[in-house]
Amino acid sequence: MNYFPDEVMEHVFDFVTSNRDRNAISLVCKLWYRIERLSRQRVFIGNCYAISPERLIARFPGVKSITLKGKPHFADFNLVPHDWGGHVYPWIEVLARSRVNLEELRLKRMVVTDEGLELISRSFVNFKSLVLVTCEGFTTDGLAAIAANCRSLKELDLQENEVEDHRGQWLNCFPESCTSLVSLNFACLKGDINLATLERLVARSPNLKSLRLSRAVPLETLQKILVRAPQLVDLGVGSFVHDPDSETYSKLLTTIEKCKSMRSLCGFLEVAAYCLPAIYPICSSLTSLNLSYAPGIPGSELTKLIRHCRKLQCLWILDCIGDKGLGVVASSCKELQELRVFPSDPYGVGNASVTEEGLVAISRGCPKLTSLLYFCQQMTNAALKIVAQNCRNFIQFRLCILDPTKPDSSTNEPLDEGFGAIVQSCKGIRRLSLSGLLTDQVFYYIGMYAEQLEMLSIAFAADSDKGMLYVLNGCKKIRKLEIMECPFGNIALLSDVGKYETMRSLWMSSCEVTLGGCKTLAKKMPRLNVEIFSENNEMENCIDDEQKVQKLYLYRTLVGPRKDAPDYVWTL
Amino acid sequence: MAAQGEDLNLEATELRLGLPGTVESEKQQMPPSGRSMKRNLIDVNDERESNKEESDGLSAQNCDKQDVHRPSKAQVVGWPPVRSYRKNCFQKKVESESTGAFIKVSMDGAPYLRKIDLKLYKGYSDLLKDLQDMFKFKVGEYCEREGYNGSEFVPTYEDKDGDWMLVGDVPWNMFITSCKRLRIMKGSSEV
Repeated sequence: MNYFPDEVMEHVFDFVTSNRDRNAISLVCKLWYRIERLSRQRVFIGNCYAISPERLIARFPGVKSITLKGKPHFADFNLVPHDWGGHVYPWIEVLARSRVNLEELRLKRMVVTDEGLELISRSFVNFKSLVLVTCEGFTTDGLAAIAANCRSLKELDLQENEVEDHRGQWLNCFPESCTSLVSLNFACLKGDINLATLERLVARSPNLKSLRLSRAVPLETLQKILVRAPQLVDLGVGSFVHDPDSETYSKLLTTIEKCKSMRSLCGFLEVAAYCLPAIYPICSSLTSLNLSYAPGIPGSELTKLIRHCRKLQCLWILDCIGDKGLGVVASSCKELQELRVFPSDPYGVGNASVTEEGLVAISRGCPKLTSLLYFCQQMTNAALKIVAQNCRNFIQFRLCILDPTKPDSSTNEPLDEGFGAIVQSCKGIRRLSLSGLLTDQVFYYIGMYAEQLEMLSIAFAADSDKGMLYVLNGCKKIRKLEIMECPFGNIALLSDVGKYETMRSLWMSSCEVTLGGCKTLAKKMPRLNVEIFSENNEMENCIDDEQKVQKLYLYRTLVGPRKDAPDYVWTL
Repeated sequence: MAAQGEDLNLEATELRLGLPGTVESEKQQMPPSGRSMKRNLIDVNDERESNKEESDGLSAQNCDKQDVHRPSKAQVVGWPPVRSYRKNCFQKKVESESTGAFIKVSMDGAPYLRKIDLKLYKGYSDLLKDLQDMFKFKVGEYCEREGYNGSEFVPTYEDKDGDWMLVGDVPWNMFITSCKRLRIMKGSSEV
């Protein structure tokens, strides 16, 4: 099979960067497996408990970039108690001890500590990039260690983390010699920032392309920063409030016009709508705009802004834009590929101001749409059918009707037919989230048509086990299935236990599965971790197999039950 | 919880979601399939303030209590699927909604006007102190009956209706949302 020396094969493999492709390469033959694993630099681990750091390093000794995900997705919505797990420290420890030449660490939904950050900063000489998404457990002291010790730091990207803020001195820890920053995002920090330090840091970072500021950075400082960094491609604005008649504001207008490379804008964590015209000059070249964290901008101002953004490919917005505003998006943003409409009232008490009309307008105006997240007041089958006809390229389709079991608002029927139309039309759909009144029928359609489906999120749906069975039997590529408040029980759970080894994980909460069912599953499938838990710590004392399990999280793993599970988690 | 006193006729002034005259209350409609929403869903008519509980309840333990909190509308743990981070951001924002309230301040006889941000002041005394510094005057003693006594300078403001009002009569929060501009009147000058 192999006519070339190893080095040549390796060189060829260098051109293959996607993890899936490299995984495929490693399955061809033992030789290819060996060459591939020795040259692999980037590894993605979707569940940190599926493998151990020791085994990772044994297989990929040359690894330089690791992506790790910890808690299950529903942890984002408060369904997983705080100390459930997802600790990254053990990983860092092993990586450090084994002298891995780690350059990049990307973590999602993990518990990160200051000790961990410090250990990273001292152990990996070439460490370049730290990306933390929805993590928790650390403070700005840990950030100070990273800033102080990572000599070649290029990227520090903190997205939506819970960080204890010890008041802004961490920025001072970047030495004067640090000039390598390309990307800095501290938008999620809540404390004060030393503004002068920030300005100096930006001034000595000629390669800075992406900068996302926290709310503590006022407009005056933004203006000074932009003077130093007109080359920015991606900007997250902190505070954007100022007297429009002031000198600072007019300076800002001039400065912004010079930012010709700006393609992506976000933040506006504090904003006065009357200041927004300052950004009109750069709107025409923007490809990405995220105003979903900008409070209090009336729909009319949003639409005025968006009319200028004709090249937009990605838009994240609040529902106060309204259906009419979405109509403006549809007529202005013909290149739109990704749209997310978030509720301005997350507690969903009925003030949402987008409906099926806005979505239909978008589908008519934006044929290139591939990714949608849409929080709305109501939906109809007719609207979904129109959307399905207009947009056949959806890869992600997530619809969240704020009242979770609301039927079609014009016919009062379930929304089965509408979602059915979506999966039938969009053959490439990989991620789907359902809501509204749904029976087993929608799952019949999903099992029948959603051949590429990898992730499915369900809540308050279905009438019986049949729903889940349709999905497990039909969706050959399903990797993550997460279910809450559905009448799926042991029959569905146990129908095809082997299936779960082909998936990353299954989450079921407030369903009908019992302790006995879970025990049976765990017994049949030793290579799955079957974890059950409830808040009240009652599971361990329970001897009744008929007891319904409140929360079930199972996942395939090569390393057996995890050792850091808290008391309330019972691994069967 | 509203009292049931008939003489107060509270029903007449009760806020409802339905059309006037409808008897059907805000009770959750059962979905046609008959499958009721399960354990975590609280179906309530209760008007109890839920906001505080939500913000306290963002720690997982509180949120997961099944039967204790009774929000004003049907609320479910884990729904809507919005990240806590986002929910927290908007909690804070709701508290400080208006973002900067710059208004013009004029004083009779002064050559030019000033601008101040009303959001920066904690209350009337704070505001008046700053105005007195800015324009170098002293305001008199305020009392509800007679306004400002003891000085020829009187702080007034133009409200949303275009009327000139005396500063200090209404609660501070109401003042900052209705004040369009300030004018320090001097002597017995009439508007």
